[in-house]
Amino acid sequence: MIQIRDLHKSYEMGHNSLHVLKGLHLDIEEGEFVSIMGSSGSGKSTLLNILGILDDYDRGTYYLGGKLIQGLNETKAALTRNEMIGFIFQSFNLISFKNAMENVALPLYYQKISRKKRNQIALEYLDRLGLKEWAHHLPSELSGGQKQRVAIARALISQPRIILADEPTGALDSATSLEVMEILKEINDQGKTVILVTHEHDIAAMTKKIIKLKDGVIEEVIKNGELLAFKNRVSTE
Amino acid sequence: MFDIDVWQEIFATIRKNKLRTFLTGFSVAWGIFMLMILLGSGNGLQNGVRTQFASNSVNMMWLWAGETSMPYQGLKEGRSVKFNNADYTFLKGMNQDLEQVSSRFYLPGNIVYTYKNEYGTFETSSCHPSLKLMGNMKVTSGRFINDLDINDYRKVIVIGDNVRLALFKDVDPLGEYINLNNVPFKVVGVIHDKGRRNDDERTSYIPISTAQRIFNGADRVHTFAVTTKMVTTVEEADSITADVRKAMALRHNFDPKDKRAMGSFNLLAMYIRTMKIFQAIKIFVWIIGIGTLIAGIVGVSNIMLILVKERTREIGIRKAIGATPGSVIGLVLLESILITTVAGYIGLLFGIGLMEAVNYGLEQAIGSGEGERIFFRNPTVDFTTAITAMVILIVSGALAGYLPARKAANVKPIEALRND
Repeated sequence: MIQIRDLHKSYEMGHNSLHVLKGLHLDIEEGEFVSIMGSSGSGKSTLLNILGILDDYDRGTYYLGGKLIQGLNETKAALTRNEMIGFIFQSFNLISFKNAMENVALPLYYQKISRKKRNQIALEYLDRLGLKEWAHHLPSELSGGQKQRVAIARALISQPRIILADEPTGALDSATSLEVMEILKEINDQGKTVILVTHEHDIAAMTKKIIKLKDGVIEEVIKNGELLAFKNRVSTE
Repeated sequence: MFDIDVWQEIFATIRKNKLRTFLTGFSVAWGIFMLMILLGSGNGLQNGVRTQFASNSVNMMWLWAGETSMPYQGLKEGRSVKFNNADYTFLKGMNQDLEQVSSRFYLPGNIVYTYKNEYGTFETSSCHPSLKLMGNMKVTSGRFINDLDINDYRKVIVIGDNVRLALFKDVDPLGEYINLNNVPFKVVGVIHDKGRRNDDERTSYIPISTAQRIFNGADRVHTFAVTTKMVTTVEEADSITADVRKAMALRHNFDPKDKRAMGSFNLLAMYIRTMKIFQAIKIFVWIIGIGTLIAGIVGVSNIMLILVKERTREIGIRKAIGATPGSVIGLVLLESILITTVAGYIGLLFGIGLMEAVNYGLEQAIGSGEGERIFFRNPTVDFTTAITAMVILIVSGALAGYLPARKAANVKPIEALRND
């Protein structure tokens, strides 16, 4: 699904150049449930942006679903994003003047699907996430967990190949966090690749693979079987 | 791009920023309103002045004899210049410059008109038939002086409408005889001189040949009224005047530069000059109007920039879930065009409405006879100008939106979505 080879990315900060990703190798298969961890400055946000085609990279190769993602112009990048990737954010990023249904339907608007049809599909997705009766509420009238569920519905509606979640539980209490993780797990069980960025160990432990970043390279990959050991190690730290 | 969703999104943002949208729109509406008022006023002034010119054909020229004020070819100053019938024939022959020629012999003293028991003193003028072609004289009954009247020295008279009212009351004057200083003249026509002020309808006309014969004029002529070739520049009009002056100076031995020997007035030159001034005024008005408009547009552009900045996050979300730069540009551009066009249209309506109201008031004043000397008529803006203004608005709306739209399209989703 995702194949990254020797990825380099640096940011220009005035006269200085900040080398964030330093020759990163990464393979993620279809249907995996992966979390990316790392302290701030480890390059995890940068990696997520590159994975989400929100940012370009300097050197190396990035294949997404067998397609080389490199030097796309903005329009092509937007279309690829729309088609391949569903985003979930820490701060939900719903559009405040649109109700839940319209927010969910927005990716289909950019696919030029008729209003009636996309609203109908949006209602189906909201129903699946148990939010049907909230369809006509504005985001400001929803709780944090509900907002994140709306955002998940929006990420799913375009039937993307992968879901990218940036600290999806960062703004939620632990009970709601658990709920959201359950949903993500369900999505993964249905065969979708889910990649999430987090700095919370217990959230990461709910995924099937943990990729630890440090100073722009992968420090450690913890696979399914080792998760228990990881948990124990974290609790002793 | 023009489906209902785009409009819904635009109206949603406008609803969110009602006051700001209103203030922005107001500056554009005000710009267009001022432009319409200025253009309308300019047109009104121009139409008013044109109406004043309309009492005569605009290509008229008058020549009158005077006294020389400069010595010329050994002749002293102070000689009086006398026109005669030969000058008439000569001027008629100058047909590359002049179209119609009529000469006039002033009748001496006051002429008393008598018809049965009625009498009165009226202004009497003598002329050639072509005079009718020069002004806005309208023959309401009978006919004007014709060539036969001139050739046969007929004692016929064309009376002004006021003369008819004073002497004949309800009687049909055609064929009746009135006495001018005891000389009987047959009334052949009644005229109504619509371009002129009321007192001019007191003027009556007799053939110049008859006037010269009866009132001891020999072949003397006092003034000439001519129409010149229609030209479009002041230079051409002035050169016609110069040609006529030169020719007449040669015939009567005076210096062509001697303004007092022969007076001349070329209405066409003045008309062209006046219309040039209005053209300049019009250009000036457009410059001011467009300046005001630019101020409004800069306002719109400014507001849209702030709006884009405020909506950076939203635009970032849209881009993350698949909005192309084109669709983002379309959103901002359309909003800008919508605000300027709607606001501008309102300003346009108010401006045109006010000018139409002023026009209505003026028409009332003119209709009731008070408006004869009003130098301000029909201060309205024509359809083409309104359309031009509208096109300018839409284009300027697009211009106003372009920069903010570019900025919006360049929003980086990563930066917009950074958690803060």
